[in-house]
Order: sequence, then C-alpha cells, then structure tokens
Amino acid sequence: MKPGTKLLHTGREIDRTTGAAAIPIYQVSMFDQPGLDQPGAYDYARSGNPTRQAVEGVLAALEGAEAAFAFASGMAAISAVLMLLNAGDHLVVTDDCYGGTYRVLTRVFRRFGIDATFVDSSDAAAVTAAVRPTTRMLLVESISNPFLRQTDTAAMAAIARAHGCLLAVDNTFLSPYLLRPMEAGADIVIHSATKYLGGHSDLIAGAVAVSNPDLAKEVYFLQNALGTGLGPQDCFLLMRGIKTLKVRMDRQMATAALLVAWLRERREVREVFYPGQGGVLSFRLASAEMTAAFADRLQIPLLGVSLGAVESIVAVPSRHSHASVPPEERARRGITDDLIRLSVGLEEPEDLIADLEQALIHA
Amino acid sequence: MRFDTAAAHIGVGRDPRTGSVSTPVYQVASFQHPALGQSTGFDYSRTKNPTRQALEEGLAQLEGGAGGLAFSSGLAAIHCVLQLFKPGDHVIVTADLYGGTYRLFHEVLGLEHSYVDTTNLAAVAGAVGPNTRAIFLETPTNPLMKVADIGAIAQVARAAGALLIVDNTFLTPCLQRPLEMGADVVVHSLTKYLAGHNDVVAGGLVAKDPAVGERLAFFQNAIGAVLGPQDAWLVIRGLKTLALRMERHQQNARQIASWLETHPLVEQVFYPGVGGMLSFAVRDPSIVPQVLERVRLCLFAESLGGVETLITYPFTQTHADIPEEVRLQLGISERLLRLSVGIEHAADIIADLDQALAGGHAQ
Repeated sequence: MKPGTKLLHTGREIDRTTGAAAIPIYQVSMFDQPGLDQPGAYDYARSGNPTRQAVEGVLAALEGAEAAFAFASGMAAISAVLMLLNAGDHLVVTDDCYGGTYRVLTRVFRRFGIDATFVDSSDAAAVTAAVRPTTRMLLVESISNPFLRQTDTAAMAAIARAHGCLLAVDNTFLSPYLLRPMEAGADIVIHSATKYLGGHSDLIAGAVAVSNPDLAKEVYFLQNALGTGLGPQDCFLLMRGIKTLKVRMDRQMATAALLVAWLRERREVREVFYPGQGGVLSFRLASAEMTAAFADRLQIPLLGVSLGAVESIVAVPSRHSHASVPPEERARRGITDDLIRLSVGLEEPEDLIADLEQALIHA
Repeated sequence: MRFDTAAAHIGVGRDPRTGSVSTPVYQVASFQHPALGQSTGFDYSRTKNPTRQALEEGLAQLEGGAGGLAFSSGLAAIHCVLQLFKPGDHVIVTADLYGGTYRLFHEVLGLEHSYVDTTNLAAVAGAVGPNTRAIFLETPTNPLMKVADIGAIAQVARAAGALLIVDNTFLTPCLQRPLEMGADVVVHSLTKYLAGHNDVVAGGLVAKDPAVGERLAFFQNAIGAVLGPQDAWLVIRGLKTLALRMERHQQNARQIASWLETHPLVEQVFYPGVGGMLSFAVRDPSIVPQVLERVRLCLFAESLGGVETLITYPFTQTHADIPEEVRLQLGISERLLRLSVGIEHAADIIADLDQALAGGHAQ
C-alpha cells in the first residue's frame, strides 16, 4: 500500500463496536473495572484512552513503527525522548534545530547532567567527530529549522549503530508521507503533530514512534509516569488531519517549488533556502531593514509562529521560532533579522506570488 | 467575592466582542500577529491559549495565588513544580503519597527525598537537612486520610528556606486553601473534584509568589505538557458546580462513614471528618474480590472526585507502584478499600455497599 493510501487505511480508523467511520471521542478519565482479578483493557485515561490509542495506532502504521505515542505537544514528545537518557549521558543534536529543542536541552536537561553537542548533521563526518564514549543518542531534524538543511538519516543510522547509540529523528518538516526514517534505521521518530500531521493550526500535539518493544515500554512508561498524553478531542482532530496529509502536502510542495523559483529571480531577495521537498522555505531579504515593512505589507500569509498549516504562515525566526535561542547563538547560526521563513499553505499560488510581490516592492 | 460566587463566575465575561457567557473553546495552535514585533498577547497555544488562560486565572483566584497553570495531567503538574529543584536537592515527602507521585520521585527524578509522616510535626522538622529545598505535602493523605498541619509545616519550611508544596486534590480550595495557611505552591489533579465528572484528565499548579509562578510558566512552556482547550473548557465547566458538589460529597461521606463504623464486617474507618474521601478496612481480606465484583451503583475504578461513587483497592491499584513492604508498613493493607463518595443519594450508596459486603461474606 502506498503511503498516500495508508493515511486513510491503517485499519485503526473504524470504531469496531459500532462500525462508525470515525473513532468516538472518549471524553473520560476512568473506566469501570469488571472485577479485581479481571482488569479491563483501560483503567485510567492518563494510562490509556481509546481515542488516543486509535491515533497512536495510525501514527505507528504510518511511520512503520512498533508503537507510537501521542503527547500534549511536540515539546512534551521531545522531553519524553530525552528522559530516556540518564545523568552523565551525552547526545549529538542538529545545530540548526528548533528553538524550543535548544531551550529544553540547555535550560532543563543540562541541569540533570545530560549534555548536548550541537553540530551540522548534514555533515556526517562532523556528527561522527562529535560522538564521545558517553554518547547515547543522536537527535537530528530530517529537515533543519530555519535553514532547511537535509540530514541523511541512513548515514546517521550507520553512525548510531557503529557507536551503539540511539538515533532519534525529528520528522516534523517532512511527515511520514515524505520520509519514514525507520526504513533507514532510525530507532525513534518525533513529530510536532501540531504541524503537517494536524495541519489546520487548530491543535497542539506531539508524537513519538519507536522501532522496538523495549523502547515502546520505556516511552509508554514515561508518557504515563509524567502524564503528558494528548487529550481526546485533540487526538480526534489529529486523526482527522492525517486523512488529508497527502493532498495537503502535494499541493504545498507544488506551490513551494513555484515560489522558490520566483523568489530566486527577485532582486529584493538575497538567498533562498529550500531542500527540494516539503512545504517550508526560507529566504534572506536584501537587508534586515526591509523585514518589518515586508511583514506588515503581506495580506495573505498569517504572521506568527508555527508551520505546516492550510494557511500560509510567515515567521521571522529571530523573533519567533528561535527567539528562545540566546542572541549570540542566533548570530553564530546566521539567524538574523533579514531571514524570513514561509510555510506554504493551500492558497492559489498566483495569489501568494502577487502578495509577496507587492510586499517586496514596498518593503 | 465569596468562594461559591467566584467559582460560578470563572470564565464569564472573557469574550467582550460577543458577550458569550461561556468562555469560547479556542481550538487553535497559532495566533496571527498584528505586525512584526507586535503581539495580541497570544503567539502559540503551548505558550498561552485564551481558554486555558481563563482556567489558569480561575484556579489562581480560587486558591488565592498569583499564578495558575494547567497541565495535561496531575502528574505533569507535579513534574513541572519539581523542575524548580536540581539533582542533589532534598525534598521531604508525605509517606503515604499517591502512587504516581511516588513513582515520579522514585523512578524518574534524581532528587533526594525522605518519606516522612507529615502528620507528625517533629518528624518533619527532624527530616530537614542542609540541602532540603522543599516539603511536598498531601493532606489528607491517600489512602489513609491523615491530616497534616499546613500552617505549622509552613513555619518549618520557612525556617529551612524550603518551599512548601501542597497537593490539595482531596479537599479542593472549597474546603482548604493552603496558600492562605503559608504554603508556596498548590498542586492539583484537576481530573478529580475540580473537574468533577470523570470526563477529563488534567492537572494544575498555583503559586503564591509571582516570581515562582513565572519560573513554573517557563517550565510549562519549555516542556510543553499543557492542557488542551477542550479539556480546559470542561474543567472550567466543572468548577462552576464545585461548591455544590463538595457540600454533597461531604454530607454523603459523613453519613457513610458513620454507617461503616457500625458495620460488623468493617474493622476500621478512615475519615478525617471533611471532604468526600474515606477508606475502610474489612475484617476479612478474602471478601475484597467479591465486594468489588458485587458493587452495582459504586463503580470499581481508579480515580476519585467524580459525581459517581467509585471504589478502589489501593493495595493493587492506586498504590501498586509502591513496594509491598512499604505499603504494608504504611498501613495500605490488603484489607483496605477506598471510597470516593459521589453525589448520589446516600441511602442508595449505603444499600449498595451493604449488599456487596453481605454477599461477599456469604461466599
């Protein structure tokens, strides 16, 4: 079955009891038990909820995973994965990573003795060089943020195997429709499901998919022990969003390709970043002084954080997605005020181009 | 404004555009910025969501604190407050703690901790060491309903330069306001009395000091274990009837406690005279499975604080994560049953328990 078909037919979309073509929203905290020695399938909704389990089944099927877990946010998902590590452990992380990931590593997990080295993971030799005897995990973004550099997950898997550490891939920007890191040997796949999987700017959610039963046990333990599972309404919306992932992503990619070609011809634009797939592109304006006027002139894209939605969203990474990264680190990474990130939505490409054009001209 | 009035008015008047009496459910991830460098005060729902904010401000108001925060579960709230400490810090913890909190301390976090009978003030003071940074209190305790003196322990905490954190899940701010008695942070499993309908899993924190509240908000956002908007709305809805429900829970619990006191198959009743929770030990532990099977009105399920009466077996359910010898030492024996008394008619609950106990005895 092709990935686009699987989005609709993992076998987890139907309610077995009634045949309903959508999973019921189990808005419930606890489940009545048949008897002391006959525990039911569910006892407490933090530990397991049928709606959450359905979307977790879908996520696992899409990633080709042993199991998947839905979390209250992408950051709750990443935090659960980082909780797999112990004090004294080291991990290697994509340097051009989401600001929230950088923040939680440097300001929360570092205090617990978990140390991260940030390297350009599109350079496999740099990753290998950063590995230490205490390295237990490589945490890479399949497409980095905001420069959209591609990381070779198969090469990362080889490094992870050679050094006996886990490979965790944040696959938010590509989604399982475009990339299934487990096929290349990843142990863990992470999503901010708020983005392409949910796809409608209407929920906050995260996901972790794992490749083997031992990891599944550990991640489940943490999801339950830390209580960071996703609520039923949001699980339902996530499942609903996944059904249109292919048509959304196909359209967003086609529009992104048109916009990239158009932007590359503009004299107001110094540099365009696009990895050749996905619906997010970044570009540098000719000067940082243009940024405020450009952002203000835009009529169609929303100005704000987040990405992967049906609406186009423009963000200035230095002010939005990476505002939580210290200024000197931002400068080192080239995340300056001239950098614009555009998450391409489902609008007609002609409308987006016309809007970008008037904003560039007047910026 | 009196408590009942404040509770009934949570979330009212928050939508001046329409005048909607009920706070809208903001099922949304991101917020459009008016212009670059400007914000409506909302950027991304993980950081702040209007529906969740209505709940968070309501919680702060009811507990008499400066900052309220809502989480994906009670354990996520506890995990967040414990982020205030680092490995090597010492925390004094109520001995017969909720099993999930016990698990967090024991298996997840690298904090030093001592289990102390917090109803014994001298024992609490004696457990203070040079690195003691917090006292984490449940009162009444779970499942033995022992009551601690919050005001006196607050003095011990102040003298030691430690924070006093009180889990107020069992009594709710309707019956006990720890911040007014000297506590620094209040913790809730909102799943229980505050939401009150067994239909949502949620947690809350309220800090007395705005600076502590801000640090907690940082961790809430960085770790991302936030409550979704639908669940936040349901908790608000629950809070409106909190005062009415607590009155009835308590009235029923008092009646059932006195009835159990006189029951020939019951050895001991644990009820602090306040609130809706009680436990009782049966003389013959072999009748426990039959009692749990024979109850019809009372649901055999984990959780508590809902409108329906629930019966739980702490030995293998809520406290299963605590090693057996510790459980027995604490008095969480195989004879002990815990009742979360609902708002049904007391006579119906008593009749149900009576037939379940009698039937169990006959076999």
